[in-house]
Amino acid sequence: MGARAADRRGWRYRGNVAARVLAGSLGAYGVASCLAMAVARLAAGGRIDGVIAGTLCAYLAVPAVAIWAFLARGPWRAWGGVVALVALFGALAWMIGPPAR
Amino acid sequence: MSAIREGTRQVMAWLHGWTGLALGWVLFVMCLAGTMSVFKPEISRWMRPEATASAGRVEAIAAATRWLAANAPKSAGWYLTAPDDRANNVEATYDSGGDYVARALDPVSGAPVARETLGGEFFYRLHFELELPYPWGRWLASIAALTMLVALVTGIIAHRRIFRDFFTFRPRKGQRSWLDGHNALGVLAMPFHLMITFSGLVTLASLNMPWGIVANYGNDLAAAYHDLTPGAVDRPAAGRPGTLASIAPMLREAERRFGGAPFSRVSIANPADAASVVTVYRSDAAQIGATVAEVSFDGPSGRVIGAWTETRPAVRTYTVIYGLHMGRFANGVLRWLYFLGGAMLTLAVASGMILWVVKRRERAPLSLGNRVVERLNVGILAGVPIGFAAFLCANRLLPPGLIDRAQLEVTIALDAAGIALLVALAVPPRLGWPLLLGVLALLCLAAPVVGGGLAYLSQALARGDFVLPMIDALLIAAALAASVGVRTVTRRRSDTRRTMRGRAMA
Repeated sequence: MGARAADRRGWRYRGNVAARVLAGSLGAYGVASCLAMAVARLAAGGRIDGVIAGTLCAYLAVPAVAIWAFLARGPWRAWGGVVALVALFGALAWMIGPPAR
Repeated sequence: MSAIREGTRQVMAWLHGWTGLALGWVLFVMCLAGTMSVFKPEISRWMRPEATASAGRVEAIAAATRWLAANAPKSAGWYLTAPDDRANNVEATYDSGGDYVARALDPVSGAPVARETLGGEFFYRLHFELELPYPWGRWLASIAALTMLVALVTGIIAHRRIFRDFFTFRPRKGQRSWLDGHNALGVLAMPFHLMITFSGLVTLASLNMPWGIVANYGNDLAAAYHDLTPGAVDRPAAGRPGTLASIAPMLREAERRFGGAPFSRVSIANPADAASVVTVYRSDAAQIGATVAEVSFDGPSGRVIGAWTETRPAVRTYTVIYGLHMGRFANGVLRWLYFLGGAMLTLAVASGMILWVVKRRERAPLSLGNRVVERLNVGILAGVPIGFAAFLCANRLLPPGLIDRAQLEVTIALDAAGIALLVALAVPPRLGWPLLLGVLALLCLAAPVVGGGLAYLSQALARGDFVLPMIDALLIAAALAASVGVRTVTRRRSDTRRTMRGRAMA
């Protein structure tokens, strides 16, 4: 990234990148999955309509979170954002509960 | 200059490069095979040059079911795709005592055609299954597509001057030229690139993003599928033998219910059972949405037992996105635009992979890792097309009627690509590029000629059939592109050497 070549060799830099890679891949997929569940339960219409709306939204979340993971000021903030979104969407899905029928 | 900070742009460029490198080779295979799948029926026709019989779709399906009733009655299901203005044979999948087989059936006799081959289906399957067992290939394809989505968005943000790069090309300037080419390919067809990546993910949604289904249906997948296709009749076998009623009236009744639009696919569940079900699907060529209507019949009586036309907005949205990826609605100019868009995406991926190496080579001697990347680039960017061209040559050279012929063609394709990859790893890239691109050009030139190719060409022209000549022309165009590639790499080498010498003297 923006760091000078000399800074790139240290374990600190590598740990930083590794943490962001995990946040931007597994973390982004986790956020997308929770968003899919929240929107699926939140959306108006039938059960299948919610699934479709949720799935389409989820794909958009992946690049957004992946980019956030690398733009955030530090790896802790990157993971903080991921955890906050997972908690938000997860809690939303959990509170609404599965649809009747 | 836009409002995006320069630091942000650097981070995006970094992320674009690494996401591209991570799955670039997989994406190259997917993009190339997907681009070729645009002409799947045409490639299938090219690969079965002597199977030129034609019949109407109703008659062809009737002939196919007659042959299958005599030769594969025990099959759990027959899955048929009718001929149309692009394909002349019936594409059939059925099991004959064990594994499912895919065969092209003659539209008049209903029997499998002599030259057993996967045809265009090979490229279509490779595009999302990557020759890996289920579900691993589809998972890898999904991961690659998600990575591509990230690479596309970061590539767009990293861009300084989207509009000006449209018109910028600085040839024979090493890194600059590769960058200009990569940018032009990416920017010019950007809406296509975004659409095809997103819609590709949607086609594998139940595998790569099942969490919406889990949230609303728990583990009751059957209920989810029932809601998605409420018209589907899923009737278990009765266990008593039964005979199918004449199928032609069912097909005509289905088309009447489609408002005159043609059917394309027909599935027959438990064909020799008293509870057999015939389901007829509306053709995707008639509208963007994929599989928007179906009618099911009781097999022995021919009575309608289920009919469905999709009108729900959310599900229609899904079928339209799915249909946009399949592109079966696209005819004429639009089909060529699909092909062009796919070709540009394939070249954007390839030029991006080359740019990774060129950029680093111009700064300092390549590290060991990047030297491996450089050789893998040669092996995959030239080796995979070599495999494809070998597949087409094998189709012409293997005699019809050979046992396991279709599988042998695939084996030859994979072996040719594998050998090319090993050669590319063994020799330095400055030899590897011209060598493998030269082999590719020769194979592409050989495919229309070997195994009686010219006779097939003259027969096709005499019939007024322009499908075979079109594929021949595309192969020759590919050969020309590969030879331009040979010239470019050899010339670039001497240019670089001259510059280096110039620098050393200065």
